[in-house]
Amino acid sequence: MGSIGSMTELAYAGIFMALLGVVLAGVIAFANRRLYVYEDPRIEQVEDLLPKSNCGACGMAGCRNFAEKVVAGEIVPAQCTVNAPAQNGVIADLLGVEAGSVEKRVARLACAGGKHVAFMRARYAGLSTCRAAAVVSGGGKDCAWGCLGLADCATVCDSDAIHMDVHGLPVVDADKCTACNDCVEVCPKGLFTLEPVSRKLWVACKNLADGDTAEASCEVACTACGKCVVDAAPGLMKLENNLVVIDYEQNTRAAKQAIERCPTGAIVWFDNPNTPIKGVESKKILRQNPLPLIGA
Amino acid sequence: MKLLSYFRGEAFQRGVHPPGFKHTADMPIRRLPFAPRLVVPLSQHIGRPSRPIVRVGEEVVRGQPIAEADGWLSVPQHAPATGVVEAIELRPSARGPWTESIVIRVYEASTQEVLWGAPQDMDAFPPQEILLAVQRTGMVGQGGAAFPSHAKLALPAGASVETLVINGCECEPYLTCDHRLMVEHSSDLMVGIRHAMRATGAKRAIIGVEDNKPEAAEVLRRALPPTGDIFVEKVPTKYPQGSEKMLITALFGVEIPSGKLPLALGMVVHNVGTLAALGRLLPSGQGLVERVITVAGPGVKRPGNYRVPIGTPLSFVLAQAGAQVSGAGQARQVILGGPMMGQSVASLDVPVTKGVSGVLVFRGEDMAANEGRKTYPCIKCGECVESCPMGLNPSMLGMLAARREYDLMGEKYHLGDCFECGSCTWICPSNIPLVQQFRIAKQILREKAVA
Repeated sequence: MGSIGSMTELAYAGIFMALLGVVLAGVIAFANRRLYVYEDPRIEQVEDLLPKSNCGACGMAGCRNFAEKVVAGEIVPAQCTVNAPAQNGVIADLLGVEAGSVEKRVARLACAGGKHVAFMRARYAGLSTCRAAAVVSGGGKDCAWGCLGLADCATVCDSDAIHMDVHGLPVVDADKCTACNDCVEVCPKGLFTLEPVSRKLWVACKNLADGDTAEASCEVACTACGKCVVDAAPGLMKLENNLVVIDYEQNTRAAKQAIERCPTGAIVWFDNPNTPIKGVESKKILRQNPLPLIGA
Repeated sequence: MKLLSYFRGEAFQRGVHPPGFKHTADMPIRRLPFAPRLVVPLSQHIGRPSRPIVRVGEEVVRGQPIAEADGWLSVPQHAPATGVVEAIELRPSARGPWTESIVIRVYEASTQEVLWGAPQDMDAFPPQEILLAVQRTGMVGQGGAAFPSHAKLALPAGASVETLVINGCECEPYLTCDHRLMVEHSSDLMVGIRHAMRATGAKRAIIGVEDNKPEAAEVLRRALPPTGDIFVEKVPTKYPQGSEKMLITALFGVEIPSGKLPLALGMVVHNVGTLAALGRLLPSGQGLVERVITVAGPGVKRPGNYRVPIGTPLSFVLAQAGAQVSGAGQARQVILGGPMMGQSVASLDVPVTKGVSGVLVFRGEDMAANEGRKTYPCIKCGECVESCPMGLNPSMLGMLAARREYDLMGEKYHLGDCFECGSCTWICPSNIPLVQQFRIAKQILREKAVA
């Protein structure tokens, strides 16, 4: 009797499990029908062709978001500045659209005051980041606007595009720079901006003190002498708050001639986005060693 | 409100006991002469910078308004000496960025007499008028925060104040300027308290003095008016009692809820320096042109409490107090404020502003013991947790800061309650610069909130 009873229980259990399976299968089948969301398979394909660094340089929330927008036709593939142009071409062919063109932008530092030309007023000791130094009375550089040289930008750069040179200034490798904006955000002095490579004229200084004070703290400071303003096309440059500013709306009128008479070399010309050129009349800096502390 | 006596002897929880170094406590306040040039920053307070109302080349007399308040959360500035406005330009500030300042070249025959301002009958003023009169003095919190005093005295709609708490703790090591003000200017302080009580509608005032200043408490008790609504209470010495939340806990045994002001419990806290200055300025209708600072530290040959015109460059203060700025035994570190919360300055061109309570000078040999001291990893000893007066977990916050988890610090670990007293950093055996990391984190969170 015992064995028959257990056989019945077994059968009950088996039938119950089978029924449960059928019911759940029904639920899944129902859900599959009614809750189905169509997703363009091309989004996945495009995403696979992207660098997947989620750097944000395109202005989207990440590579997935970028793929969605590209497939939707809202932006062109070339907006991804990290991919090689050829790779963006592959995406364009896949979607049957134009790759489009977006001008390459690179991060540029508005400071040229390395240790060999810019004085330090105080020694900073503590956490070795620019942010930390900046909260202690500005960090001890005599020029309150200048680069502190503790490499927050080089640390934050995911593309390995920034390295510190021997004078403690960050150097941007324009070929590697993806214009992701990370260095712009991290710099406590706000020295980085993203500039289209067509902007060849550049003021590598942010010092707002008067000319003599500025030059006393840094040999390559803009002294607002105004020579470049005279030499450049009328209206292209002007002096504002002891600093020369370039009106990039008129960038097409910019010429190399503007930098030639700059006495300190604060204004530079980027023929090649990696190598700033100083004017012929700018003072030559031969010193390689760091300047001593003021008053020491 | 609980009975005072019941809680006497009960200070706030946690906190630290740094050595006092109050060597200048018995030195009477002395005046400093005028520096040849005074630099008055337009932004030496919390709030909008003042707007200059003088031009370059204009002659100004001591006490004359030279910049007006730009809105409610702003204060005017007054010429600290008779002279001529030499420039209105960017000048170095203690925080680092250069700020717009009025530079006055002082006439050599300039006297200490304030030549501007007419006496006013403060007792005839209704509360709202008192606030405006306070704003006209250009007064900001003298304890270091530099928050406009009239805005702190003003009550939001619906709020009422029962008790005015006057902060005479001066818990920072070295600083003694508030101590001297209490001893030497107790009658001014009483006048200031009277007007502040009328402005806020407070029914009583309690002066909290740390028990390492029995002399000051004694002088104040003798100076109390017969009305019987002003009290002097001694609180056990402990750092950071000078924080208003800690002082209220020490006095009343109650805790201000996180994110709230003492106003939530019907209290307003003002510094003794602020009210003593107001007690002198309000009846005479004058503006704030000078303040008392403690110049101390091992690098100073003539330490003391000095009455200094606002805008005096630090280099001049140091020269007068006998601190060497070059050669052997030169000043190596100059701190504005106390050693716990004060700010190292990178330039001696920085002027003394309204919120500066002290200038401390240390030489290389004084710092030798700490020189090159390494920072070690957190050993989870819990000393910082034991010391944090706000009951935060600085160790955890420090580790989060190292990973740049700033949002988490703000949301889950109450970073906003940290007032940067420095107790955790002072006590940390691993020498971790905790407060510096918190300052950065708070700054970044503020920037994010604005963006």
